[in-house]
Amino acid sequence: MNQYPAFLIIAPLLAACLIASAAWLRRSLCFPIAVLGLGTSFLSSLGVAARVLTDGHFQYRMGGWAPPLGIALEVDYLNAPVLVAVSGAALVSLIATRQIIEREQGPKAPVFYTLMLLAVTGMLGMTATGDAFNLYVLLEISSITGYALTASGDRLAPLASLRYLLLGTIGASFYLLGVGLLYMMTGTLNMADLSHLLPALYGSDAIFAAFLLILCGIWLKAALFPLHAWLPGAYSHASHASACLLAPLMTKVMIYVMLRVMFTVFTPAYVFEQISLEGFVVTLASVAVVAGSLMALAQRNLRRMAVYIVVAEVGYMVGGAWLGNQTAWTGAILHLLNDVLMTLCLFLAIAALAGRMETTDFKNLKGLFSTMPFSMGALVLGAMSIIGVPPACGFFSKWFLLKGAIEAGRFDFLAALLFSSLINVVLFFRLFECALYSGDDHHGPGEHGHIEIHEAPLSLVASLWAAAAGILAVGFYSGSIVNNFIKPALM
Amino acid sequence: MHEIVSIRPLLAVIASLAVTPILLSARSPNVREGWTFAAGAVKLGIVLSMLPAVLGGNVFCFALTEVIPGIRLAFRVDAMGMLFALVASTLWIVTSAYSIGYMRGLDEHSQTRYFCFFAIALSATIGAAFAANLVTLYMFYEILSFATYPLVTHHQDEEAKISGRKYLFFIVGGSVVLVLPAMIICHMKAGTLDFAPQGFLAGHVTQGLATALLLLFVFGLAKAALMPMHSWLPAAMVAPTPVSALLHAVAVVKVGAFSVARVLTGVFGVDLLAQYGLGTLLAVLASITILVASFIALSQDGLKRRLAFSTIGQLSYILLGVALLTPKGITGGLVHIAMHAFGKITLFFCAGAIFVAAGIKNISEMKGLGRRMPITMGAFFIGSLSVIGLPPGGGFISKWFLALGALESHELAFLCVLLFSSFLNAAYFLPIAYNAFFANPPDDAKDAGIQEAPPWCVAPLAFTAMASVWLFFNPWPFLDLARLAAAQVTGG
Repeated sequence: MNQYPAFLIIAPLLAACLIASAAWLRRSLCFPIAVLGLGTSFLSSLGVAARVLTDGHFQYRMGGWAPPLGIALEVDYLNAPVLVAVSGAALVSLIATRQIIEREQGPKAPVFYTLMLLAVTGMLGMTATGDAFNLYVLLEISSITGYALTASGDRLAPLASLRYLLLGTIGASFYLLGVGLLYMMTGTLNMADLSHLLPALYGSDAIFAAFLLILCGIWLKAALFPLHAWLPGAYSHASHASACLLAPLMTKVMIYVMLRVMFTVFTPAYVFEQISLEGFVVTLASVAVVAGSLMALAQRNLRRMAVYIVVAEVGYMVGGAWLGNQTAWTGAILHLLNDVLMTLCLFLAIAALAGRMETTDFKNLKGLFSTMPFSMGALVLGAMSIIGVPPACGFFSKWFLLKGAIEAGRFDFLAALLFSSLINVVLFFRLFECALYSGDDHHGPGEHGHIEIHEAPLSLVASLWAAAAGILAVGFYSGSIVNNFIKPALM
Repeated sequence: MHEIVSIRPLLAVIASLAVTPILLSARSPNVREGWTFAAGAVKLGIVLSMLPAVLGGNVFCFALTEVIPGIRLAFRVDAMGMLFALVASTLWIVTSAYSIGYMRGLDEHSQTRYFCFFAIALSATIGAAFAANLVTLYMFYEILSFATYPLVTHHQDEEAKISGRKYLFFIVGGSVVLVLPAMIICHMKAGTLDFAPQGFLAGHVTQGLATALLLLFVFGLAKAALMPMHSWLPAAMVAPTPVSALLHAVAVVKVGAFSVARVLTGVFGVDLLAQYGLGTLLAVLASITILVASFIALSQDGLKRRLAFSTIGQLSYILLGVALLTPKGITGGLVHIAMHAFGKITLFFCAGAIFVAAGIKNISEMKGLGRRMPITMGAFFIGSLSVIGLPPGGGFISKWFLALGALESHELAFLCVLLFSSFLNAAYFLPIAYNAFFANPPDDAKDAGIQEAPPWCVAPLAFTAMASVWLFFNPWPFLDLARLAAAQVTGG
């Protein structure tokens, strides 16, 4: 039995502790330790995914203790690719934001690294755990570190972080209440046990209440409109380093948790037949998509625009999960993976641009195609994926979501997705228009004078291009991802 | 019919894409243009190397990765795709030469960006020509839309900005809102998206759904400029003239018309269209566009705008030909892709040359211009003949087959449309050439002597004008390819 699942979660945790102590000795050791921790974690996630491909679902018992007493990690077709995406994205964003962290935090950089690694530990744990209560504990680990990470940033960051803390705590409490109810009714917290014991109790109001409480908690943490109020502030005022780590991962992990609760703890039979919430939830998701897009359209700042795009994308995934057919579920899961890459690419590009200007207001973006061609090039790729242009990966998940909407006969969701695609075209081409126009107003004939290229640091640009290349690679191989992971996951 | 698995289609597509990093980093403009020509020659060479086998009725196939279960990104080179790829890759080389004359003649800015996006656009064009299924076609169609945007907005002034927005609104709006859902519905109903010689929708759709899908496709593929989805094309004339010449007379607009032809034959199939009377529906839509565009062209004074409305009408000739659903009609429609390309690109080259040499944009200022620019205006006359469809212009061949197709399908109304439209074409083109040679020039321009555009401009337009005439006498291989394609799609 290989130990990859353990390394996956222990490595960043251990690295976090090591950094805290290494900082007393030599500050320069901290970054390599952090990279080592997340690198080990990423490699382990690949090992886990490879094992899932050959063996299918497997359980890893921490220290050999059997559940329900011991802690068990459950890895299957659903969370293996999510683990790869989360650990990979965390590694890339750590490498990308090193300069930003060292510059902004100075002597406190090791603390920041520690918080980042703990947050990633929490997210990976939530994705791998097979226990509903452990999930709560890990959720709190990643949330509390998340509040701390978002508190460092511009003048308004502490306020935004406080708001995030209040709302996030409410969300986590809802989740805990729901799990408490489940425990009261069944006497177990283990997801596999719950899934065996719950069907007998499906008629119970307490179970229904537990399901609703858990859902509301997850939606609050996932920033589903209209429960999104914490997200725009938290991700647009925080340091770019925090935003690049949290924006691509936190909401997506919560969507994964929602899928896990819907499919493993409860069953599609319960969610779609016993209770009939899907009509309401899909409508809510359509509203989220439209509202997120419109709010993004109203922004005059690149970073503010990006956070509302995240809000709209949450609507995509929630809607896909609740349409209630295989195609839409495929779309939701694929979009979860793609959105990690797309959001990572978008926020890294914003971090790269922001390093060369005061604010990312549109008026400051003039002439950027000439001065920062590499960052802008990657941003174009990310934008193409968010708009949904093949072969960028965003197109293929959108394909399944649209198809699922047609199959379910939900033309309001279909219309919302198409509308959002069009708004995305407007959003990004408005931006490109600004960036294409140079600062001076002379556009007539005559070669413009030589323009000095003034790019972001190499590690940031290289990481950004790694994300952009990932978008293309995942796009080209999305058929394989669907065939090898998502289809078996939905069996 | 043999299927030959070969990487050549992929190489033909990426030949121009692969040189963009070199173009970006080239130290001098001459090196940069040298690489452009090299890529053009390689691309044309690869396309030509497949020609004999395709003429022999074979197809080249190459599949890449599976992007959606059951759907691969794949290439398939058949007669129809070969015809279009041959036109586009030949004219790219000619246009590159012309671009040198035009862009340097006007001392334009950002020439590197211009040549790069041109190369990407050509990759996408060949990709669309060789696409084996709807998803691959859609992918290249979209890449082409976005690659052309920086070319349309090249001048970066307020007018270019507004045109660029209009361009994206129609082209991307149409493909996302109309084509994407239509494509998904096709996949749901038929379970495949691979183009089949006689279509794959037969037996899977009702008449109502088939009609709805057809309308989604023909309007959604807005590059074909079927009215009312046409108004981006006159707006896009704000681009530098070589862009208008190659992209908005050949590559982009014909990717639209070609895509519609491909969807009609490869998705719906000729029999299904005939069974539900959809051919007639499309033919009526195309006829309306042909006539309305010709009337609007009559009233335009801006030379490029007149050419743009002429293009809108001529694109619908292609659609009309395919919509006739007879072998002759389809042959005429497809060969019109080639014939109109050579004729119209000549006219655009002339428009650009006139602008470079004399700074004239409007037709009313072109009186007596033939004395100063005899080669250019001579070529303009030949191009006009070809687009009108008079011998010895290549356009005669396609109009001849279109007329035969209309007779073959016993649709005399469409024959009348063709004849009346040709008359209108003559009415808006011939006065230009007549006034250039026989009207008196304004006083200040008398005795100015010969003032042609730079040789890099004049040589390409002379070449395409001669090619137009040559194609009248010897339409091989375009006519053979069109006939073969028509035979394949009608099962004849």
